[in-house]
Amino acid sequence: MAQTTAEGERPALGHYLKNHLREYGILIALVVIMVFFQVMTDGTLMKPVNLTNLFLQNSYIIIMALGMLLVIVAGHIDLSVGSVAGFIGALAAVMIVNWGLPTVVVIVACLIVGTVIGAAQGYWIAYWRIPSFIVTLAGMLVFRGLTLWLLNGQSVGPFPKGFQLLSTGFVPDLFGPDKPNITAFVLGLAAATAIVIFAFRARARQQRYGIEDEPFVAFAVRNGVIALALAYISWLLATYRGLPNVLITMAVLISAYTFLTTSTTLGRRIYAIGGNEKAAKLSGIRTEWLTFLTFCNMGMLAALAGLIFAARLNTATPKAGVSFELDVIAAVFIGGASMSGGSGKIVGAVIGAFIMGVMNNGMSILGVGIDYQQVIKGLVLLAAVIFDVYNKSKQG
Amino acid sequence: MTTPILEMRGITKTFPGVKALDNVNLTVLPGEIHAICGENGAGKSTLMKVLSGVYPHGSYEGEIFYEGEAMAFRGIAESEARGIIIIHQELALVPLLSIAENIFLGNENASGGVINWPETYTRTTALLRKVGLTEAPTTPVDKLGVGKQQLVEIAKALSKEVRLLILDEPTASLQENDSQKLLDLLIEFRAQGIACILISHKLNEIRHVADRVTVIRDGATVSTIDCKAEEISEARIIRDMVGRDMASRYPARDVAIGEVLMEVEGWNVWHPEHAERQMIRNVSLNVRAGEVVGIAGLMGSGRTELAMSIFGKSYGRNISGEVRLRGQPVDTGTVPAAIAAGLAYVTEDRKGLGLVLPETILRNTTLSAMQKVSSYGVVDPGAERKVAEGYRAALKIRTPGVFQKVMNLSGGNQQKVVLSKWLFTDPAVLILDEPTRGIDVGAKFEIYGIINDLAAQGRGVIMISSEMPELLGMCDRIYVMNEGAFVGELAKGEASQEKIMSMIVKG
Repeated sequence: MAQTTAEGERPALGHYLKNHLREYGILIALVVIMVFFQVMTDGTLMKPVNLTNLFLQNSYIIIMALGMLLVIVAGHIDLSVGSVAGFIGALAAVMIVNWGLPTVVVIVACLIVGTVIGAAQGYWIAYWRIPSFIVTLAGMLVFRGLTLWLLNGQSVGPFPKGFQLLSTGFVPDLFGPDKPNITAFVLGLAAATAIVIFAFRARARQQRYGIEDEPFVAFAVRNGVIALALAYISWLLATYRGLPNVLITMAVLISAYTFLTTSTTLGRRIYAIGGNEKAAKLSGIRTEWLTFLTFCNMGMLAALAGLIFAARLNTATPKAGVSFELDVIAAVFIGGASMSGGSGKIVGAVIGAFIMGVMNNGMSILGVGIDYQQVIKGLVLLAAVIFDVYNKSKQG
Repeated sequence: MTTPILEMRGITKTFPGVKALDNVNLTVLPGEIHAICGENGAGKSTLMKVLSGVYPHGSYEGEIFYEGEAMAFRGIAESEARGIIIIHQELALVPLLSIAENIFLGNENASGGVINWPETYTRTTALLRKVGLTEAPTTPVDKLGVGKQQLVEIAKALSKEVRLLILDEPTASLQENDSQKLLDLLIEFRAQGIACILISHKLNEIRHVADRVTVIRDGATVSTIDCKAEEISEARIIRDMVGRDMASRYPARDVAIGEVLMEVEGWNVWHPEHAERQMIRNVSLNVRAGEVVGIAGLMGSGRTELAMSIFGKSYGRNISGEVRLRGQPVDTGTVPAAIAAGLAYVTEDRKGLGLVLPETILRNTTLSAMQKVSSYGVVDPGAERKVAEGYRAALKIRTPGVFQKVMNLSGGNQQKVVLSKWLFTDPAVLILDEPTRGIDVGAKFEIYGIINDLAAQGRGVIMISSEMPELLGMCDRIYVMNEGAFVGELAKGEASQEKIMSMIVKG
């Protein structure tokens, strides 16, 4: 990447990239994987209809990955999210289809139930110090069982139109019904511009503070790639049906959680707990309370993901959410979170989820059997984590 | 004269920047009980680690002769194979396994990997009888008290055909009668020809069992006293243990002591796991504004437990007693409450309890009082940076920038980051637990300067230290602690190393 830079900058750039291999590595990996499947599928991957599908398919994984990142940063794990998502989908179906309750009421009630489920698990983990692995393994079984019980082993559906909009709805075009969808493209451009502006502001601030700054080439390439990708993707989506509602939900949540993890005392304290719980406790941080909160939050996001998944399938099935937890956890670790807690970034988890999503999608298009798909995904996860460990040991 | 069973000649062991042992000589005769005395950090444990092969041959200078042969142990397995068994102060038993399983752990009575349980139990019973235990071999070790666990350790040593038994402060955590039992056992072993090295601070024990005493100070042998030839005089041992000039200097300060800031009264704490063990016994203390109060005591005397139990009940259970700040009783039951009351505790375990190592200086500095640089839960990066830079300048933290991760800093600079964190909470009273441990001399002097500044600002400082010269140089008043209780209080003028040490060994 550095061959075109000026003579004097080269060592600095090389040095910088070497030290931040992990952060760039994952972005590069996503780009490489996308290019690979784009070529192998003869361009099917980036077709607007497939791209739209890609977002719809992965939205619930990404949403849960946001919560899982916090859980893992705090030094825990949550195995129950798939079952909880399935349970909430079932609950929503029963409330709407069988009882005829209004959609909005059901959505709010389901989010509250999800939070309560998270709280019930977080209570034992935070205040009784029962390992999260055990508590959430129990939760995984309990809520899978409750899902079966709620649905009587049957699928329940279909949902009313309003509920389906959660997943399959699209943002209407303000500029008229013709294709392309101008609103989608404008919003995409706005997002790309916003990201570039934020990046420049952050860079200016970092330079003012004298943080080891990113060489300009790396900065420009990184943000250029992201901004162009956003613009290009929004254009592609615009030529199909526009922006899916769920993409907006995701964008809002990703921004909110990025802000939470980087700029708030709450987020910073969660990182401190994961980095050294005893030191955090002796520094006056209410470690139990914050651990409890991360699980409440995880429960709420799992509920949201369950609603979106049910809306997408337009039915609640007893199988909904099976093994979602594994995809979510894999996404977070591929995204560079540390197994021992204390480090990891929201953007990393999101990219990790996309890597998994693109591979799923690409391999399915190619007709790779589900058997090989699992093997390959497993190996990618292992490779990502080995890469992490290797990088760390090299840094000493 | 008989050939010594062990002869260590000219042992020198250097760690980066520190000479832990400097030309130490130690001779142990067959069938004798040889006591080793010395202050904390004098080098006793290092010497035993050299002997047992924890520090392998080649990582130290000097020679070890054992039963007449030159030895070059590369690991603890090799020294154990020759019958040198070391029993550490921290017991190395697996709590959930049975006595028999522990005794033969790694050395099982097995053929082809299949354990012969009947033989194991028979041999265990025999070994237990030798150390005076009547417990069933199947009893889990965690069902035994500390004293009996100690005896199980010794039984384990006996199972390995021990020739030279090393005990590192074996009676430190024992009750009086358990200690007596253990010492009687050593005398019995002596009769069977087993030599024994006993590391101990308790002069009455040494007088009771030891044949000879070697005193180590600052990594060098000071003297070896033959107890048969001469009466052991406590005064002489104490003098040998501490007798050094004040090597390092302490910055001068104008003492302006004000009203009483903090008082602790009738403080009692029990062990968090062993409910019957009382760790702190009826301790009362006070500290005035502008005063530096020291707490002297050996390791394990309960100093850290006292401090942590006061600070947010971070240690122990069944805590009773009262804490008053400026005459008012305050709640210090949780860490946030203790901080709000105006307390700060700088831990002795900087890396384990003091810092979030993978995070930056900046983030560690504001960790305890992040609300001061944020509004509505959102951190103001500019204000935060200003705070961190301020402490970096004031405490002379040497670093390229406040965005350095603290794990990359030297011990002295790390300690300054911990101090920054607590200063930012603006405490009335700071408890400093071993504030200069593992810090080089230059940085120590700077830390002393910071402590003096804190006192000059009218804060109260409680300083816990194992280094007596440091306490004598810094403190206006010193409490002496032993076995969880205060056994004396000395004003600056009357305090001396000899006085403190004699309070400890007699208390």
